[in-house]
Amino acid sequence: MTYVVVGTGPAGVVAAETLCQIDPANQVMLVGDEPEPPYSRMAIPYLLIKNIDEQGTYLRKDPEHFGNSIKHLYGIAQSVDAESKILHLADGQRMNYKALLVATGSKPILPPVPGIDGERVTTCWTLEDARKITATLSPGASVLLIGAGFIGCIILEALVSSGANLTVVEMGDRMVPRMLNQTSGELLKQWCEEKGVNVMTSAQVESIEHHPDKSIVNISDNRQVEAELVISAAGVRSNADFLDGTGVELKNGAVAVDRHMCSSIPGIYAAGDAACGLDFSTGDYSVQAVQPTAVEHGRIAAANMVKHGSVLHQGCINMNVLDTIGLISVSYGNWQGVAGGDHTSLLDRDRFRYINLQFSEDTLIGANTLGMTQHVGILRGLIQGQFKLGKWKQRLVDNPLLIMEAYLAATQGA
Amino acid sequence: MLRSLNINPDKCTGCLQCEMACSFENEGVFNPAKSRIKIFTFHDEGRFVPYTCTQCDEAWCLHACPVEAIKMNKETGAMEVLDAVCVGCKVCTIACPFGTVNYNQTTGKVIKCDLCGGDPQCAAACPTEAITYVDADATGLEKMRAWASKTDNQAHAN
Ligand SMILES: Cc1cc2nc3c(=O)[nH]c(=O)nc-3n(C[C@H](O)[C@H](O)[C@H](O)COP(=O)(O)OP(=O)(O)OC[C@H]3O[C@@H](n4cnc5c(N)ncnc54)[C@H](O)[C@@H]3O)c2cc1C
Ligand code: SF4
Repeated sequence: MTYVVVGTGPAGVVAAETLCQIDPANQVMLVGDEPEPPYSRMAIPYLLIKNIDEQGTYLRKDPEHFGNSIKHLYGIAQSVDAESKILHLADGQRMNYKALLVATGSKPILPPVPGIDGERVTTCWTLEDARKITATLSPGASVLLIGAGFIGCIILEALVSSGANLTVVEMGDRMVPRMLNQTSGELLKQWCEEKGVNVMTSAQVESIEHHPDKSIVNISDNRQVEAELVISAAGVRSNADFLDGTGVELKNGAVAVDRHMCSSIPGIYAAGDAACGLDFSTGDYSVQAVQPTAVEHGRIAAANMVKHGSVLHQGCINMNVLDTIGLISVSYGNWQGVAGGDHTSLLDRDRFRYINLQFSEDTLIGANTLGMTQHVGILRGLIQGQFKLGKWKQRLVDNPLLIMEAYLAATQGA
Repeated sequence: MLRSLNINPDKCTGCLQCEMACSFENEGVFNPAKSRIKIFTFHDEGRFVPYTCTQCDEAWCLHACPVEAIKMNKETGAMEVLDAVCVGCKVCTIACPFGTVNYNQTTGKVIKCDLCGGDPQCAAACPTEAITYVDADATGLEKMRAWASKTDNQAHAN
């Protein structure tokens, strides 16, 4: 019998490898609709600035990796017959499956404004998009970026270092509003402005007029910006349309999964950006849309596809790291804090250094940092370990930089 | 037989020889700030705690890497960063719950302990045997693994 994995991003690839590892007797089919070897979207910014070539984005570098035990084939999943356990591909192929994994990821949503379908507008999501952007991008080119969310800010770095003359339009009142709190989001904006980026927050693109040599972008409050390239990074939506009619339940547009990464239909699992999975911090189900979550989902889903019930997901901590023209920002878990909790922070505005820790009683539940590169992962350790900090809670309140010391005290009684 | 670093904080005097040796071996300078092993000082308790990567089985860093830039060295068991492949995305630095993968802004890559290819200079430099390089099943490692499991996100059902 065959396992079928749809989607060749990190969730699909890691799941396929895990399946192969724990159940080598059964064939794994890895189906994807992009005409490329499995690659990582995350590496695209580094391709744009030519730090790597396309091969540098590949998830696995050995061309033989997807050979016999994991068979990678091109195909577009079109529908599923859940009763007879058959996946139908757009070209008419039918694939019987023992268990099916939906690892189809997500795709960008375009804001519904006039002119968004013009030639000079692109997303920055696939290798194909990257090729298009590279062809247009040249030092001094004027580029307008719609959205300063997580993805927008990641691309921003690449655009600036390619020498683009950049304007960013963000609906929220600060940069990365869903990852950074007010203080850090505003500081990041100031940082970008000091580096010559024109950042408009609480602003909306209203329409884009296309002329032969350039486009004119109309922005709220009667502002106009000329652009040779418009990149849209205004949110994403999970790819789950092909499941219509299967009875698979969706939540937030993604496949609703339980703690075994199984959908409402036995035998159909989901992972990564396509799955609405358990959030460690909130206890709620959500689409985190980040790489580490895709990988964790992939491993857990695969184990349960082999033996249902074998591994229980403890929930992923939402975590992000962003490098915006050299300023590194990080968020973990409940960085917004919780009702009845308390927090501490330390700010050095001149050096763009910041740390904010959120507690529930004496455990750490979330954090935001700016400009921190050393031992930052310990924040995950403290949050996920749910360590009771005891007297170290007050020491952290007095000096939030003592996170390593607090961790050592909690784990080694130092 | 795999060997691993065994750390005994009770023996550490805080002399920082290990940090110096590490930074010299790996970065070519005597600069504790560039060391992969760190001594944490607990003034109130009068204690020093050496701390570095335990090359844990979970290998969060390796799994989180989007471009296969972290690989296990089969001879030493160490997770090694392949500089030529690393794009500097820093995802490993936030995925490692031990905080032992750090970003180096100068090179745009990450650094972590690689056991110096099987001859860890910190252990060689330590004058008090607070850091030793011993068979992997020696007791200290088990203790470290136990902390690792506290952070294991994939607790097995029943
Ligand atoms: C430019 C950019 C930068 C990013 N940077 C970061 C970062 O720094 N940190 C971070 O954590 N995350 C980052 N992300 C997000 C991260 O890449 C995603 O969370 C991750 O790729 C999700 O993995 P996945 O396997 O679920 O889906 P994907 O990687 O999207 O893979 C899904 C695959 O399934 C295919 N597919 C979809 N529908 C079908 C179908 N019907 N039939 C067949 N195949 C189908 C898709 O074409 C795609 O190839 C970034 C994303 C982008 C675009
Ligand atoms: S920083 Fe380098 S080693 Fe770490 S996850 Fe990114 S590419 Fe991999």
